[in-house]
Amino acid sequence: MTTDHPADHLLHRYSQGDPGIPADELWAVESHLETCAPCRARLAPEPIAEAVWASLSPLLDRTPQMPRARAWRRVHGWVSPAAGPWLAMILLVIAAAVVLDRAGFAVGDRVSLVLLVAPVLPVLGVAASWGRSLDPAWELTAATPRAGLPLVFRRTAAVLAVVVPGLAVASLLTGAGFGRWLLPCLAFTVGTLALGTLVGVTRAAVVLIAAWALVIVAPTIAFSRTSVVLGAAAAPVWVALLGAGLVVLALRRMAFTRLEGNR
Amino acid sequence: MQAIEADNLVVRVGGRKGRDAVNGLSLGLGRGVHGLLGPNGAGKTTLIRTLATVQSPTSGTLSLLGTPANGKLRPVRRRLGYLPQHFGFYKRFKVREFVEYLAWLKEMPPARIPAAVREALERVGLTDRAEDRMKSLSGGMVRRVGIAQAIVNEPELLLLDEPTVGLDPAQRLRFRELVVELGREACVLISTHLVEDVAAACTDVVLVDQGSLVFRGTPDDLATAGTEAHVGDSPIERGYSALISAKTAGGAW
Repeated sequence: MTTDHPADHLLHRYSQGDPGIPADELWAVESHLETCAPCRARLAPEPIAEAVWASLSPLLDRTPQMPRARAWRRVHGWVSPAAGPWLAMILLVIAAAVVLDRAGFAVGDRVSLVLLVAPVLPVLGVAASWGRSLDPAWELTAATPRAGLPLVFRRTAAVLAVVVPGLAVASLLTGAGFGRWLLPCLAFTVGTLALGTLVGVTRAAVVLIAAWALVIVAPTIAFSRTSVVLGAAAAPVWVALLGAGLVVLALRRMAFTRLEGNR
Repeated sequence: MQAIEADNLVVRVGGRKGRDAVNGLSLGLGRGVHGLLGPNGAGKTTLIRTLATVQSPTSGTLSLLGTPANGKLRPVRRRLGYLPQHFGFYKRFKVREFVEYLAWLKEMPPARIPAAVREALERVGLTDRAEDRMKSLSGGMVRRVGIAQAIVNEPELLLLDEPTVGLDPAQRLRFRELVVELGREACVLISTHLVEDVAAACTDVVLVDQGSLVFRGTPDDLATAGTEAHVGDSPIERGYSALISAKTAGGAW
């Protein structure tokens, strides 16, 4: 067998998987190839390797794993990984407020519960997005180049993207006007961040929620009348607070690149 | 260029009634593996946090990788790796996802992230656990994920605060090999109170006590500082207790 190497055309037909090769010739070629390295080299010339690569490379470019990873990263580019359960809880609270409202439960002078919880909800979400008490990876995150106001804004936007539509649906169902909750809601969100640059986001959230409960919710229940801050006349005040919060944020934005914004 | 240049660094912690956890420390560290030793409360963690740029210095100058550490931090942070003492993580994340997320936070180019994550997990020996949830890992494995996230961006300055806590003896040996390997390219600073880790892996020892530098030299230099009269099981431990007890005499602990 060492003298008779298979002819080029036979080898070519073999490499193409031609079914027309007689069985005895096929076995002869195969057993020869097992022992003859030069013929094996003739069997795999570059055009074949190139043909294989040409058909493989488009598949390699879009392996199923890549798009999945990218979509996943896109979500967590906005939503804090720690905020998920809190966002779910916020939606539940809104739903509960709507149910109670429709069941006829209202505080004092027909003040909807939706109005009373509206400013507090985004504060919870913000606290869950940035702060050592609820974000386990707070110190790791604070040391990365992405830490800072842009990332805080992204995470806050993700919270508002859940809270605001939720409250919008709630206000349609209960008839509480948009203007009465939207401004307090935004002012409290920005206020948490602004105060957070001074004392840390978690403490800021606790302070603001306590202040809201003491100053607005308690008197509303005690005296059975709508607080003026929920009326249309208070809108300019809320806008002013919102503006003041944004100014403080802009001035103190570097706090979010250090641990002090995380307290 | 030195990776870390600190001059008369003071870091005050705990607000107005706080204390100077780092107190007039001057230090220059370049490429290599440096062990940061000191008793509990010596200011090791505060120093590492300051070097990781998450804590602002109160006074003194600090320059990291040739950049002053008070202005724009982002370019420096891209070249920095940090493992905090309390390594918090997201339990529901898969190991690969967690390291990928940190790579994203470190502003690595998205196209490079999958390969870099794979390599980092390989270096800490967690390739076969890449698709497992973080909550399913043992303490030592979690620590290794912490090391993987710190090295995923191939940092020039790597800061590890107590990295060997929770590692079993075999893992600690492997960790020392990895650190020696990393120290050829980067400045690695490891805070620890395990003296034998320093002796085995570090080219250089930095000993701090009460926020100040007590000693700086090779592990051998540290060993020669101690005599048979000092407490310790190995020459380097005796050297450590000689230098520390000289400053803080008395006290059973």
